[in-house]
Amino acid sequence: MTAAPDGGKTFGRDVPRMEDRPLVTGRGRFVDDIRMPDLLHAAFVRSAHAHARILGIDAEAARRVPGVAAVLTMDDLRPHLSGDRLVTALPSPSFRLDLHRPVLAFEETAHVGEPIAVVIALSRYVAEDAADLVEVSCEALPAVEDCRAALAPGSPVAHSSAAHNLVAEFHLGYGDVEAAFAGAAHVFREKLWQHRGGGHSIECRGLVARHDPVDDLLTVWSSTQTPHPARQILSDLLRRDPDRIRVVVPDVGGGFGPKLVFYPEEAVVAAAALLLGRPVKWIEDRREHFVATTQERDQYWDVELAVDADARILGVRGSMIHDHGAYSARGTNVPYGAAAAMPLPYMVPAYRLDVRCAATNKVPVTPVRGAGQPQGVFAMERLLDRAAQALGLDRDEIRRRNLVPAERMPYATPLKTRGGMQVVLDSGDYPGCQALALLRAGWEGFAARKATARAAGRRIGIGLANSVEGTGRGPYEQVRVRVAADGRVRVATGAAPMGQGTRTMLAQIVAEQLGGDMANVDVVAGDTAAVALGFGGFNSRQAVVAGSAAHAAAIAVRTRVLAAAASLLEASEADLDVEGRTVKVKGSDVTIDLGAVARAAAGLPGFAVPGGQPGLDVTESVVIDEMAYANASAVAEVEVDAGTGTVTITKITFAHDCGRVIHPGLVDGQVIGGIAHGIGNALFERMGYDADAQPVTTTLGDYLLVTAEAIPAIDLVHMSSPTALNALGVKGVGEAGVIPITAAVASAVEDALDDLGVTITGMPLSPAGLLARIRQATTP
Amino acid sequence: MKPAPFVHHVPRSLDEAVEMLARVAEDDGRILAGGQTLVPTMALRLARPSHLVDINTIPELTRIEVADGALVVGACVRHAAFHRPVEPGPLGALLATVVRHIAHLPIRTRGTMCGSLANADPASEWCLVAETLGAMLELRSVRGTRTIAADAFNLGYLETALAPDEMLAFVRLPLLPATTRFGFEEVSRRAGDYAQAMALAVCEIEGGVMRAVRLGLGAVEGKPRRLAEAEALLEGARPEPDLFRRAGAVASGLAEPVEADEEVAVYKRHLAGVVVERALLRAASIATDGSSHEIIRGVP
Ligand SMILES: Cc1cc2nc3c(=O)[nH]c(=O)nc-3n(C[C@H](O)[C@H](O)[C@H](O)COP(=O)(O)OP(=O)(O)OC[C@H]3O[C@@H](n4cnc5c(N)ncnc54)[C@H](O)[C@@H]3O)c2cc1C
Repeated sequence: MTAAPDGGKTFGRDVPRMEDRPLVTGRGRFVDDIRMPDLLHAAFVRSAHAHARILGIDAEAARRVPGVAAVLTMDDLRPHLSGDRLVTALPSPSFRLDLHRPVLAFEETAHVGEPIAVVIALSRYVAEDAADLVEVSCEALPAVEDCRAALAPGSPVAHSSAAHNLVAEFHLGYGDVEAAFAGAAHVFREKLWQHRGGGHSIECRGLVARHDPVDDLLTVWSSTQTPHPARQILSDLLRRDPDRIRVVVPDVGGGFGPKLVFYPEEAVVAAAALLLGRPVKWIEDRREHFVATTQERDQYWDVELAVDADARILGVRGSMIHDHGAYSARGTNVPYGAAAAMPLPYMVPAYRLDVRCAATNKVPVTPVRGAGQPQGVFAMERLLDRAAQALGLDRDEIRRRNLVPAERMPYATPLKTRGGMQVVLDSGDYPGCQALALLRAGWEGFAARKATARAAGRRIGIGLANSVEGTGRGPYEQVRVRVAADGRVRVATGAAPMGQGTRTMLAQIVAEQLGGDMANVDVVAGDTAAVALGFGGFNSRQAVVAGSAAHAAAIAVRTRVLAAAASLLEASEADLDVEGRTVKVKGSDVTIDLGAVARAAAGLPGFAVPGGQPGLDVTESVVIDEMAYANASAVAEVEVDAGTGTVTITKITFAHDCGRVIHPGLVDGQVIGGIAHGIGNALFERMGYDADAQPVTTTLGDYLLVTAEAIPAIDLVHMSSPTALNALGVKGVGEAGVIPITAAVASAVEDALDDLGVTITGMPLSPAGLLARIRQATTP
Repeated sequence: MKPAPFVHHVPRSLDEAVEMLARVAEDDGRILAGGQTLVPTMALRLARPSHLVDINTIPELTRIEVADGALVVGACVRHAAFHRPVEPGPLGALLATVVRHIAHLPIRTRGTMCGSLANADPASEWCLVAETLGAMLELRSVRGTRTIAADAFNLGYLETALAPDEMLAFVRLPLLPATTRFGFEEVSRRAGDYAQAMALAVCEIEGGVMRAVRLGLGAVEGKPRRLAEAEALLEGARPEPDLFRRAGAVASGLAEPVEADEEVAVYKRHLAGVVVERALLRAASIATDGSSHEIIRGVP
């Protein structure tokens, strides 16, 4: 492979996003925009109980409603499926219970919102009317709400078939932790509660499934982040050749993690379309999204930090309990990601975190943007703040002493990824990044500003947090690049855009090699018909893995273009370049259209193929196993209203390094969006359940999403340490913004209240909770 | 989130509306005003009215004018009508200040003042204004017209004195003397959210002392209330921060939040004092300690 382009024709430039024109002119096509004759609509009958035994389902009244085509339960579907459960969790030796989701609940329901039956009708209105009439008789069983109580002896069980609630347990670590703590000058301990909510993309989930009998093809248009895996699961479940299934991702109004999971509704709607011989649509509404789409929720951390007399870290240890929800929909990657993220930016000689995942009667937990990493960072940064405070050190100083220095890169940590590979921090200047953030934030001068504000009766504070994030999860993402007979460059992949500008990113990489004209590139993404293999969008991976494959394929196609053109023009390849839609002999007027080259390269019967290789068409799957580590330093400024407990974030300074930047505007957008998400996690988002595991925040009136007015001025600072792990030198950025925000905000709020000694040990902050702490500190 | 089936009625006049309402009242027929509360409730199927009498096309209900010393507001006047003062005196300014705390702009362009009063949410800003200023409400039905005071109308937590066949046609807000000052303070989680606590202070300052003091507290109890004890403390006194703090303490002492959660109840009782104190500081034009954030909404 040739070296990566840097600030090229299209690579590295703020080219207009190719997604924007259709979207802003109302020509986007989301799944609910897909209409077709004979379309039926689905509504699900869902469990009202957190935990109950199903005694019987009476759908007769519902079936009699005019306009109802079918009411299906597991008993109706079972004969048509290979099994009655979705086995989708990533493998892990840590599992102690197999909790696979039923396609539709039969025997027992394990969380409110679990689908029990589906009504298929002429309209969603009729379907909902009929769904109201389906009688599910249930016997309520004791529900498990709190993940800590779930692990206590004598707790009720979340599944009556299970002997206990310990879904999985594992530890992560290395080094002699006991010795590190035995020899420590100081030890600090924090007990932390961390909560994150759901993904809450503007567009909820949804799909349309249609079987075409002419070519026996089941097409599923789904608002999913993972089309190829979805096709495989459907193929297994429906016992249908994967070539006879096409999963297509139309425009997607946000994913944020939960849409990477395959859901019961997808299986049921696809099966219903086959059974009924008519297309079926299901569009998840917001209330369903709260009770049926996966979330992240509670983690309880109990962690300790050991340092020497100079505040250098000797070891970190502790335990964490993770709310796993009712089923294993993805695996243990959220707690694993949290545990793995905790020590990463720092030199931590010994580490051990014991993690237990508890089954609860709540929606399954799977990754939301950040996937546990914000929690790990929060735990580490809280400990460092506590140590700095106790030792009389500045918060930036204790970090400076412990950050992995730039000179030690690549830095092999003793940690392992979930796939068992060693974690090697490939590149970056973490202390430099922190210094840059502090400089831009005016950290030095803040004490004076704070004193002035305090004198005027205002409480302002500043806080800092560092994070390092594993990006570009492998092993690969397949990309096909070709020059078509019309001269257009076609890019096809299973990589799944959900609003991040993936098409633009891929087109930039390909156009860089093939003429530099963005308008001449078409990208088909998120379509299983586009390429044979794929994964999709998650774990800040697509620029790294799909980008690398696109780069390799584009270079290979370029080589073929030049070879074929050289033969056609009777010129030397070295004298040729692709410019716009033509191949040109450098320094002359001699050109040939890309289309003409493509036609010639397709060959003629009985003639030699110009350039020797047929077709300007190459598919690449560049395998990248190692993750590329991106890093960030966030500084938050807040103002605390001590009368009401309200925290207002007044400024965020964010310095980060995602390697070589493909599109500055897209990177800014991803980082800012992540920061907004982090602010929501710090101040607003809370998925509430009562003691019986009934959800209590099931509308956007009760569940507080971050709104534009809570977003302060954001100052972004970019550093660029290209990684050697891929030819482009890029690292992922989709999750970067969110990861250090709760930690930085907590630090800032403590700073604003430093004279009161109020400590922040949980997220999100609630005004009532914070006020209670303030009043506790101020009333003698 | 699709509503259950219902019949949509579109009357042309107020008389026709009350006739239709009388016919469908038995059958859980309801008035549809801005729909900003009713429609989401129907989409969640928490309300299943079988008939809606849609008053949005009745010209006489868009009436907003000053008559007989009061501002008359018809049932179709939207919140957004108050973004700019609807009359030149202090009442117009007060309404223009308060309206910015109601929901978000798109909701304010649909939701109505009378709909808010009829809905009687404990955290409704208009209910607090009506209670504090002593608004009079004109109710219509085929049985006739009756006028009752806001305090008698609002029975607490989504309950009103409206009979099933009655509608609120007009509300009359008494004009305020030109020298009236007011202060409004609200605490909510996010801009546009319902209040967690709010207070409205209205007074005149004559010869350095406060007169005609009205102090209302909202969003803490089942319905907004005047704080007579605190008003008495303030009446005839000099506007001073210490006094306002004491008035706040009185409000905290009086407030009886209707919250099941003890932490929230404690919090609301505390907030009652904070909003009362800050509303008084605003009324007296004494800058608050700067820690309260007046949030500027996107208002054209
Ligand atoms: C996201 C959101 C945030 C909001 N925030 C706030 C807020 O901060 N503060 C606030 O006060 N409100 C808030 N609201 C509510 C909004 O102000 C509503 O518009 C208002 O409560 C009801 O007015 P409406 O005209 O929309 O009434 P509708 O929704 O049409 O009706 C509400 C109820 O009142 C009845 N009704 C309406 N008009 C009459 C009438 N003239 N006579 C008899 N009965 C009648 C209806 O039958 C129905 O039962 C919010 C709403 C939303 C969706």
